[in-house]
Amino acid sequence: MLYWDKEKECMPREELEKLQLRRLKETVFRTYAFVPTYKEKLGQVGITAEDIRSLDDLKQLPFTTKQDLRDNYPFNLFAVPMSEVVRIHSSSGTTGKPTVVGYTKKDIEIWAELMARALISAGATKNAVIQNSYGYGLFTGGLGIHYGAERIGASVIPTSGGNTRRQVMLMQDFGTTLLTCTPSYALFMYEAMLEGGIEPNDLKLKAGVFGAEPWSESMRREIENKLGINAFDIYGLSEIIGPGVAIECSCKNGLHIAEDHFLAEIIDPLTEEVLPDGCPGELVITSITKEALPLIRYRTRDLTTLERTRCDCGRTHVRMQKVLGRSDDMVIIRGVNVFPSMVESVLLNIPGVEPHYLLIVDRKGNLDQLEVQVEVSERLFSDEVRKLEELGGLIRKDLESNLGIGVKVRLVEPKSIPRSEGKAQRVIDKRNV
Amino acid sequence: MAKQISVFLENKAGRLSRVTRVLGTAGINIRALSIADTSDFGILRLIVNEPDRAYQVLKENGFTVSETEVLAVQVADSPGGLATVLEQMHEENLNIEYLYAFIGTSGNDALVVLKVEDSEKTSAIFRQKGIKFLDESQLYRL
Repeated sequence: MLYWDKEKECMPREELEKLQLRRLKETVFRTYAFVPTYKEKLGQVGITAEDIRSLDDLKQLPFTTKQDLRDNYPFNLFAVPMSEVVRIHSSSGTTGKPTVVGYTKKDIEIWAELMARALISAGATKNAVIQNSYGYGLFTGGLGIHYGAERIGASVIPTSGGNTRRQVMLMQDFGTTLLTCTPSYALFMYEAMLEGGIEPNDLKLKAGVFGAEPWSESMRREIENKLGINAFDIYGLSEIIGPGVAIECSCKNGLHIAEDHFLAEIIDPLTEEVLPDGCPGELVITSITKEALPLIRYRTRDLTTLERTRCDCGRTHVRMQKVLGRSDDMVIIRGVNVFPSMVESVLLNIPGVEPHYLLIVDRKGNLDQLEVQVEVSERLFSDEVRKLEELGGLIRKDLESNLGIGVKVRLVEPKSIPRSEGKAQRVIDKRNV
Repeated sequence: MAKQISVFLENKAGRLSRVTRVLGTAGINIRALSIADTSDFGILRLIVNEPDRAYQVLKENGFTVSETEVLAVQVADSPGGLATVLEQMHEENLNIEYLYAFIGTSGNDALVVLKVEDSEKTSAIFRQKGIKFLDESQLYRL
């Protein structure tokens, strides 16, 4: 099966844009009528649903930020009464008040449809055995994938995160064919397989749908080679709906954004100006079918580019490139923007370097310093100091020429960098402490 | 020729004691050791009575380990003993990567562990020149 919903996924652009315009107008109408914050925001720019004549008018609408969600904690941005809300998810709130999102019955329905499209796009069928190792609970990953997997009729193993040894055992015993988790957790499982004497190629595992954190092309190659599978990138964020906002197809040249439900723009994060296709910038999403929590021009903080050329898979929806990084993950070192994914790309192109690394940013005197910790695998190890120092020097030179700043490379013992069962922590910024 | 076990160690408290404890628990005896260190990391080099098992247990305990070929050379345990060997090596253009002394002796001779660029070539020249070195079984039995 190539598509889950061919009519929507391959809808001719003209027809799709008509649908988008109608839904955008409805959304603006509803938010204005039912959400006081939007009434105020839209009132300030003097725009109502009737003023929207084309999709181009989108750029006149006000932005919504994470701060708006916090200011309206917990339910004040909801556009429906609580009696209509059937599910609530929330962020962990590690950086302040958590952001809370709500779903009506129809929202959950649409979400399951989007996840069904995503899993089919990654090659799943009703015969798939899907091991879902995203966390179940307030986090949208677990339940989001789960509903989609059930929708296509696959067999779901709801392992959630954690207890890696058991995960690997079940993978072997239950014959998992598709794994869903963060890319860093997939690699952690690989290590657990080796420790448990399980040969990944003996497993039935064929594909993985990985997301919830930025990961590079080199990381994809690493995962595909080590696990012997096809690795697909999935994108989503709880504020918009959760996983399933965008998914890669077999062409793996970007993630198709489900444009019948979401409008995508790229803006310059500083000037807030809309950028043309192909220019890297911050992804801004407007949800045009959400009932409980419709968001207008939500600033995702994720940096990527949009590509509207035709995709060989036949889907007509716009593609976003793999997320380069979150503007939140970006560290500015001596005025230079550094993303963990840039470091990852460089490291994984050096033979023998393991995909486990950590960036430590510190300030000595007035000078920012970046230390990159790299684990010394058996392949890299030498009994001669000179050779190890040469290796460190090579990694340093590669990083410096790619990042454009001075870097200190520290070689560390294997498995000394903490492994993650969810989103990996790649940066420790000691300057803020 | 003999096998040396090399272990990667971060310069962090407790790492060396951990290695020695792992070997101790496994009943493996350390016969010679040296540490090469930089500001960030060190390389621990060991001659033990059971190198293959030492390699295995260290690996199982999460260390980065390798086995390296070295020469355990017998030198006269008297002034100038080591100098004589090194001078002969110099004449033959044999480069030494590193060396360290062995605990204990072989008969009347002291023992020095030598890591050279080309151990095949070096051992051939040693035989020619009558420089004695121990084979594995002799060394681990000491």
